[in-house]
Amino acid sequence: MITQALILSAILFALGTFGVLVRRNAIIMFLCIELQLNAVNVAFVAFSRLVGIEGQVFVFFVMTVAAAEAAVGLAIIISIFRHYETVNVDNFNLLKW
Amino acid sequence: MDLTLTAMLLQGGQEAAAHTGAGFMPFYPGLILLLPLAGFLLNGWLALKHAGRAARVTRVGGTYDLDGGGRPATHTLPTWIGPGVMGLAFVLTLVNFVGMLGAGLHDPVVIHYWTWMATGTFTVDAAIQLDQLSMVMMMVVTGVGFLIHLFSVGYMKDDPGYPRYFAYLNLFVFFMLVLVMGASYPLMFVGWEGVGLCSYLLIGFWFTDREKSDAGKKAFIVNRIGDVGFLLAIFVLYRTFGTLDFAPIMGGAADTLVYGGGLVTLVTLFFLLAAAGKSAQIPLYVWLPDAMAGPTPVSALIHAATMVTAGVYLVARSSVLFALSPVGSAAVAGIGVLTALFAATIALKQNDIKKVLAYSTVSQLGYMFLGVGVGAYAAGVFHLMTHAFFKALLFLGSGAVIHAMHEAYHATHRHDDPQDMRNMGGLKAYMPITWITMWVATLAISGIWPFAGFFSKDEIIWYTAAFAGAENAPFPGLYTLYWILALAAALMTAFYMTRLMVMTFHGRNRTGEKEAGHLHEAPPIMWVPLAVLAVLSTVGGWINVPEELQASIVGLGGLLPSSEWLHHWLEPITAEAHHIQELQLGELAHSAPFGGGEVAWALISTALALAVVLATSQLLGRREVQSPDADPEPTGFAKVLANKWYVDELYDAAVVKPIQRASRFCWKVIDQGIIDGAVNAVGYLARGFGWFGSLFQTGTVNTYAFVLSLGVLVILGAVFF
Amino acid sequence: MVEIFFYIFAATALGGGLGVVLSKSPVGSLLMMVVSLASLAGVFVLLEAHFLAAIQVIVYAGAIMVLFLFVIMLLNLGHDYQQDLKWGAFSVLSFAVAGGLAGILAREVGGDWQIADGVVPPGGRAIDAAVREHGAVGAIAEPLFTTYVVPFEITGILLLVAIVGALALAKRNVS
Repeated sequence: MITQALILSAILFALGTFGVLVRRNAIIMFLCIELQLNAVNVAFVAFSRLVGIEGQVFVFFVMTVAAAEAAVGLAIIISIFRHYETVNVDNFNLLKW
Repeated sequence: MDLTLTAMLLQGGQEAAAHTGAGFMPFYPGLILLLPLAGFLLNGWLALKHAGRAARVTRVGGTYDLDGGGRPATHTLPTWIGPGVMGLAFVLTLVNFVGMLGAGLHDPVVIHYWTWMATGTFTVDAAIQLDQLSMVMMMVVTGVGFLIHLFSVGYMKDDPGYPRYFAYLNLFVFFMLVLVMGASYPLMFVGWEGVGLCSYLLIGFWFTDREKSDAGKKAFIVNRIGDVGFLLAIFVLYRTFGTLDFAPIMGGAADTLVYGGGLVTLVTLFFLLAAAGKSAQIPLYVWLPDAMAGPTPVSALIHAATMVTAGVYLVARSSVLFALSPVGSAAVAGIGVLTALFAATIALKQNDIKKVLAYSTVSQLGYMFLGVGVGAYAAGVFHLMTHAFFKALLFLGSGAVIHAMHEAYHATHRHDDPQDMRNMGGLKAYMPITWITMWVATLAISGIWPFAGFFSKDEIIWYTAAFAGAENAPFPGLYTLYWILALAAALMTAFYMTRLMVMTFHGRNRTGEKEAGHLHEAPPIMWVPLAVLAVLSTVGGWINVPEELQASIVGLGGLLPSSEWLHHWLEPITAEAHHIQELQLGELAHSAPFGGGEVAWALISTALALAVVLATSQLLGRREVQSPDADPEPTGFAKVLANKWYVDELYDAAVVKPIQRASRFCWKVIDQGIIDGAVNAVGYLARGFGWFGSLFQTGTVNTYAFVLSLGVLVILGAVFF
Repeated sequence: MVEIFFYIFAATALGGGLGVVLSKSPVGSLLMMVVSLASLAGVFVLLEAHFLAAIQVIVYAGAIMVLFLFVIMLLNLGHDYQQDLKWGAFSVLSFAVAGGLAGILAREVGGDWQIADGVVPPGGRAIDAAVREHGAVGAIAEPLFTTYVVPFEITGILLLVAIVGALALAKRNVS
């Protein structure tokens, strides 16, 4: 079952990556990143079956970071939305310069 | 120049005492150099001031007029500074000359001031050499130069560039003095280049005229070709002797170099190239006629009396080397006589008064080359000196004529060419002094007894004959040919000069009714130098009357003074060369190739010249000269001569155009195509990469995320496979 | 029995993930995300991580997702969303990259760990022992407050910074 969990984690991670690549809505991209984080969490939990409680401790930290990231990231999105009246990242091409 | 240096120059150098010859103490010789330099600096400063003020006036929209409100100080001071420093320099030179005269014959006096450059074993001192040859040259440069400076005061007084003109002229004299006083080849080269620069500046003096500035450039560029020869000769000399000072080279040449050897021939041929460039000999003479674009006193000073004779001075200075090389000497003489004849033929059909004189100068320089080429170094220098007198006089006279013509045309607002002799005629009634003095010069240049040119030219021709008949003459047939050509050119000289005089001063006045009223004699500041030069052109030849002639009827049975004075005077310089010559050639002939002694040929040549002068004046005097518009185009051979044998066209097609094409090829294909192409290709390549890279810089996060993922994929693939 | 549940949860988690990626509306994506998170909580339970399953539902599905929902509501993106998912060359390339990632990860990380059926692996035994001793929460709290106490405290600071940062960023009219 550990193997199956790890394969699930890999597919879920790839799915999240694909989402980040193809979506243009900043919030949905954010959700996809959360999906990637969760895929990693699954892998951690699966590995904790092999090595011990530390895997679960790490998942705890990941969740905390995810929470912080969500807070700050969403604040940034709000801030950007105020500027551009959109959250479509195609419109944010200042990185070009 | 700092104070100690100046003090050193004034004291006559540190090592003066050690090198001073018996009895002769130079009297402030450095000052002779410094005076024209000081004049240049002062006049140059005034010229800059004037230019600054003119620029300020024109910037606010005004017109800068010299006539309004009296002449400014920038245009009055040069009148005193320019000729003033020259006068002082001449007096100083005269003092030194008298001192040298009193000391008798002695070795050259070399005065070291400081070490100019020292690299390894190579040392060049800033040193001047005072000897009989440089003294003659200094006398000519400062003396004739002073007269021409005086003349310029009148000729250039209304020119806005008056101070600049005198600055250049003073600078020229400074460099010319460096050329003749320098004690080594590098120092001579400094003067050589310096006079070339001043020549360029003065030919293009009225540089707003495209044609004139082009003439300046032409002179400069053609001279560069000769300078290459000078430099190469210097290199070879240094390689051979390890020094470039005159004294050790001239003293050691006979021991170091083989008579007729390849090395000395190489050096002399290189020097010949240099001399041909500076002295306007075939094939590098083309710049001199164009150099007439400069103010006429400049033509008199630089392009007749002094600078162009530098080549002759160079050969005379290197007399030992040339004496050691029969091929080099024959080449010098051959170039000289060919040039003399060739330029004379062109002068026959020119209508521009200055062009005639220019080709005449080229021709006379050819005579000097012939003289130094046949080992008659003293005769070459002699002709150099007399030529400086009468050719400066001719140029200044033509300047006076042009000045009068120009003012007449200016007064009546006519725009014809004031230099075209077809527009003149009958000027003797208006400018008698110019007329008389120019006739003196014409008789002198034509070689008519007892004027200066007769003695100097006759001596050259005679030495050519004597050389051809020498016991072991290297190329007797060739020298006989030289002699015949020289005689022919002498007759042509008489013809074209008489033609010039007749067209300018005799016959009907062709300036027009209105203009004739404005014609007048030149002011005293201009005609006094003419008169002085006329006297010199008359008596100048008497300092070197050959002994044989002096005793004969030509010398009025010994009435003419001083037998072969210049010959003896230059003995310390030419002795070594003559010694070599005597050793190798044996005794010179005492009769011309087809019989006849020196006296006989002197009589023949002067009689022939006189006959040509008389016949020409009679023939041309009767013919009506057409105005330039009505004058029919010359046909046949005359057309070839009028077009100067099409040499300019030939050079244009053979040299200038190919070089232009080659330059264009280098420019368009090699530089712009290959070199710039390579550079641009690198640029385009970088730009292409940049463009390719910029495709990933979409600015949208997704692309970056994609590239990031791709990178992760690649790394994972690399790790696991 | 456990295996069957695992496959059900895995399928719903993947289905939820697919929904997140493909859903047209942000709200739809969000709801699909909740489904996915809940399913993963089930997977955690099956992997004997009961505490994590609980906070997965409480913190993730509960708190964080609600935060997202609030933002969507705040920005009023619920209805007039843009069709932002474009199918094109870039999508195909992205799919290839993502597929490659999935393949490599599944092959290399999820390889055969050679655990026989019914045998509890060593880590699992230790966890079971800890759970028996301290309880489900205590088992994870024990290392958290002993070995990893410094990172834990730093995490607290991180959260504080995140709060302040979010306030500073989202605040209108920063003067």
